[in-house]
Amino acid sequence: MIAAVVALLVGLALGALAALEFERRRRGRALSRRAPVHRIAFPFTGEGLSEPALVAALRLARAEGATLMPVYLALVPLRLSVEVPLPVEAAQALPLLEAIEQRALRAHVPVDSRIERGRTVRHAMREMMEHEHFERMVVAAGANGLGDGFSAEDVAWLVEHAPGELIALRPAQPTTP
Amino acid sequence: MSSQHGRLKVFIGMAAGVGKTYRMLQEGQAEAEAGRDVVVGYLEPHGRVETESLAAGLEVLPRRRTHYRETPLEEMNLAAILARAPELCLIDELAHTNAPGMEHEKRYEDVREVLEAGIDVFSTVNVQHLESLNDQVTQLTGTRVRETIPDAVLSAADEVVLIDVTPEALIARLRAGKVYPSERVPAALNNFFKVENLSALRETALRQVAEGVEVKRLAPPPTVASSRREDRLVKAAAPQAISERLLALVTLSPRAQRVVRRAWRSAQRLGAELDLLTVRTPGRAGGQTSSEEREQLEALRRLASILGAQLLVEEGDDVAEVAIRVARERGSTYVLMGAPKPRNAWRRLTQPALPFRLLRGLPGVDLRIVADRTLREEPPAPEEPLL
Repeated sequence: MIAAVVALLVGLALGALAALEFERRRRGRALSRRAPVHRIAFPFTGEGLSEPALVAALRLARAEGATLMPVYLALVPLRLSVEVPLPVEAAQALPLLEAIEQRALRAHVPVDSRIERGRTVRHAMREMMEHEHFERMVVAAGANGLGDGFSAEDVAWLVEHAPGELIALRPAQPTTP
Repeated sequence: MSSQHGRLKVFIGMAAGVGKTYRMLQEGQAEAEAGRDVVVGYLEPHGRVETESLAAGLEVLPRRRTHYRETPLEEMNLAAILARAPELCLIDELAHTNAPGMEHEKRYEDVREVLEAGIDVFSTVNVQHLESLNDQVTQLTGTRVRETIPDAVLSAADEVVLIDVTPEALIARLRAGKVYPSERVPAALNNFFKVENLSALRETALRQVAEGVEVKRLAPPPTVASSRREDRLVKAAAPQAISERLLALVTLSPRAQRVVRRAWRSAQRLGAELDLLTVRTPGRAGGQTSSEEREQLEALRRLASILGAQLLVEEGDDVAEVAIRVARERGSTYVLMGAPKPRNAWRRLTQPALPFRLLRGLPGVDLRIVADRTLREEPPAPEEPLL
């Protein structure tokens, strides 16, 4: 009698464990199914992180089930080796990337952040294009000195060189009364 | 001449004028008074009267005269030192680059030959001349130093003496004309000799020497280790490290970035070195690595380079074992890791979780688990003002 009860208890315990394990794996599979297969690059510099462009990039990433790849472009002065560690730039970049990640997580958008360095914005973007794969790029255009975005020359360069689609967001012109 | 290798003692300072040459001469005089055969192989007093007077009484070997592009130059006379074969030779400015046509391109190479001849050497160097610190110092001060020495030269020194003065005291010395002739003082004050530059250099010099001391202390003794019980007890009682050293365990996934960010910020706050460790399953190092993993590894490498962290890629079936070995080898005082992946029931029953194994395998080492924010309960998206 006791043996039967023990066997029953052991059976129940094993069954419960198996059920838990099945549920854990099911969740894991569901998470991995949600994992997007493509990425949207969002390059920016320490001088200009455009809120409207970030919102647009997040909206797009969420709509498409894509991963947002915010890329901080760190500019290395000519007097330094391009390979030198950049603690000052990193101290600026990491909180920005962290903030973007927080917002993206609240919007249920997966994030894969990067820091790319270069002598100029274009050099850093060229490095980014060489190292990373992405299907789309969202950039802020700081037209006529408005907004925190790339210069018209940089955007024109991107139009010519960027792989995949390029979405350049121009800030709205101020309305005159 | 002795068949033994000579001993190298280096006097290091944050900048010109701190008193490295002065201290070298003082110690040289003390050695001479103690009865040792001391000569000055090369002295660069920069016209400082106090320094010149301190060399009085010591034998100064003649310099070697040469010409470079019709400019007469004077260099250290290596042949004369080797022929004279003193017990101790004082050689200023270890990072100096010799004129073309000398035996070696750099003075530290001359010094190596002097040491190999069994002659002890006292020498001087500034911290910005160290190769590994050159870029860092350039970034701190905006001035690049062209004459550098490999760090191994300093590491190989038997003794390193830090000559330390406060930036304010050094600037006062400069103003008093004790460092440069009066006509060079205004330019020096406007360029290199600023309190902020000197403070940064001083910190670098102090850190460099402290790290050197620590490395020497942690390194195994050159002789065969004694198995005496008291020796083992002393070794066991010795602290493993003075300064903090962080080890971050990272996987090849986007989540690793968060761990690296946290680890770097902690390292910055503690003034610690940061190592990043990723453990890969043996046999996957080559073609079997997925393109995504390769991409993540490259991204991690670039991030480590920007942050000044060291990326270590190790192979092993057991992450805990590898992490414990690496942490011991590197003298890590702090380990950071992401939240471990959920394990299956069998593993949960048969093996303790990674954090517990690390805590057990690394007594005295702090462990921090960086939370995965994707698992946090958040309000539903419609309440999010962003979208």
